[in-house]
Amino acid sequence: MSSLFNMDKWSRLFADPEIIKGFFEGMKLTIIVSVCGLMLALVLGIIFGVMSVSKSKVLRGIARVYVEFFQNTPLVLQTFFYYYSLPAIRRTLFHMSVKEARLPANVYGIMGVGIYHGAYISEVIRAGIEAVPKGQLEAAYSQGFTTIQAMRYIILPQTLKMIFPPLTNQALNLVKNSSVLALIGGFDLMYKSNSYVCATSNICGYFLCAMMYFIICFPLARLTKYLEVRAQRNPVVKTAKKAEVV
Amino acid sequence: MIKINNLNKYFGELHVLKDINLQVKSGEKLVIIGPSGSGKSTLIRCINYLEEPTSGEIFIDNIKMTKKNKIEMARKYSSMVFQQFNLYPNMTVLGNLMLAPTKLQKVPKEEARKTAMEALKRVGLEAKADQYPQNLSGGQQQRVAIARALCTKQPIILFDEPTSALDPEMVQEVLDVMIELSKENITMICVTHEMGFAREVADRVIFMDDGQIIEEGTPEHFFVNPENERTKAFLSKIIR
Repeated sequence: MSSLFNMDKWSRLFADPEIIKGFFEGMKLTIIVSVCGLMLALVLGIIFGVMSVSKSKVLRGIARVYVEFFQNTPLVLQTFFYYYSLPAIRRTLFHMSVKEARLPANVYGIMGVGIYHGAYISEVIRAGIEAVPKGQLEAAYSQGFTTIQAMRYIILPQTLKMIFPPLTNQALNLVKNSSVLALIGGFDLMYKSNSYVCATSNICGYFLCAMMYFIICFPLARLTKYLEVRAQRNPVVKTAKKAEVV
Repeated sequence: MIKINNLNKYFGELHVLKDINLQVKSGEKLVIIGPSGSGKSTLIRCINYLEEPTSGEIFIDNIKMTKKNKIEMARKYSSMVFQQFNLYPNMTVLGNLMLAPTKLQKVPKEEARKTAMEALKRVGLEAKADQYPQNLSGGQQQRVAIARALCTKQPIILFDEPTSALDPEMVQEVLDVMIELSKENITMICVTHEMGFAREVADRVIFMDDGQIIEEGTPEHFFVNPENERTKAFLSKIIR
């Protein structure tokens, strides 16, 4: 621990621009993987979330299996599985050589966090749709809206407001979980800082890494908090401006 | 206008409506009374096809309602006022009133706004047009819901216990609006326990119990000489 208070160690970390550059490259990759992973998770989450409130038992069943399977097995295991199984599948399907079949580590990372968090986001979306009182749909039907129109004009706008806080929370967790990349050689922030610390025994590297994750995640945490407060507030009419009607 | 033949409805094992036969004339004001669980709400929800009948037929204007045409039938013939108002909380009062006319009936926005403001005026709430429903009292919300039903201009309005969820002091303001409405050629079917209202507007009252229509007649008939024992027992509890 004494090294943490050793100014010399800190200055050695910051002295070499190559090292700092490496950290920033790692941070950039972490952000890229997180953004792509979040996109994938959102797409999967919306598809399976809507499926899990559908009338069809089969669709509900498929969504259930997806959610339960990916929520109840470790992310690291899932990512490792993609890492080893995908190249094998590609090899047999497309008759590739071992080298050709290999994919960049980012791809496994994006799939890992995307599919894993997709399961959580699917639950968020299901809960959001179910939280809109049944009477809303009935009122829409009684006016002659079809289910799709009712979803579009009445149910989903109300769902969105409710699910934004848990959704940003998922984004935050996804950023942190993207560190699974370090385990499969992904050159992300976690990997870069770990290799620095391993090479130099200077654990200040971990602290820099923590700070960089914090810089990404803290604003997301504040955003979650803000959206939570906003979601509970009733909309207020701005007195100066006439409220815009849809 | 409305013809119901041998309507049966089950919820699982529960037999909620038992061979209901009922006809409602165009412009008629019908009040349905009965103890809770007697099937009266289910009956009017079937007319709007919010509940699918297990067997039997419902005709409106000699058109049979089916699962296929239910949306068009609702759009064309009937709107519903709910116990819990069911206003859309993500829109202003005006937005609530204009949504169906502009999106479904393709009425131009300006015209829809004009109709909406007229409807609000009739329920005495034109000052609240730009408010959100949550900021209104229960009575006001229900009057907005009635205005919303007026905006889509269907010939039938179904009221499902419109005053049951209201604080006592707000009941009258909603009833007043409904009494006002009854002077028009709208077919009104109201599930309610407000016998004073029934006496004032109803052409006919039916008493339901245990999924059946037990007795029907004018409001006077129910006040003066109800025949059935169950009707008498029920009325003695709600008329004081």
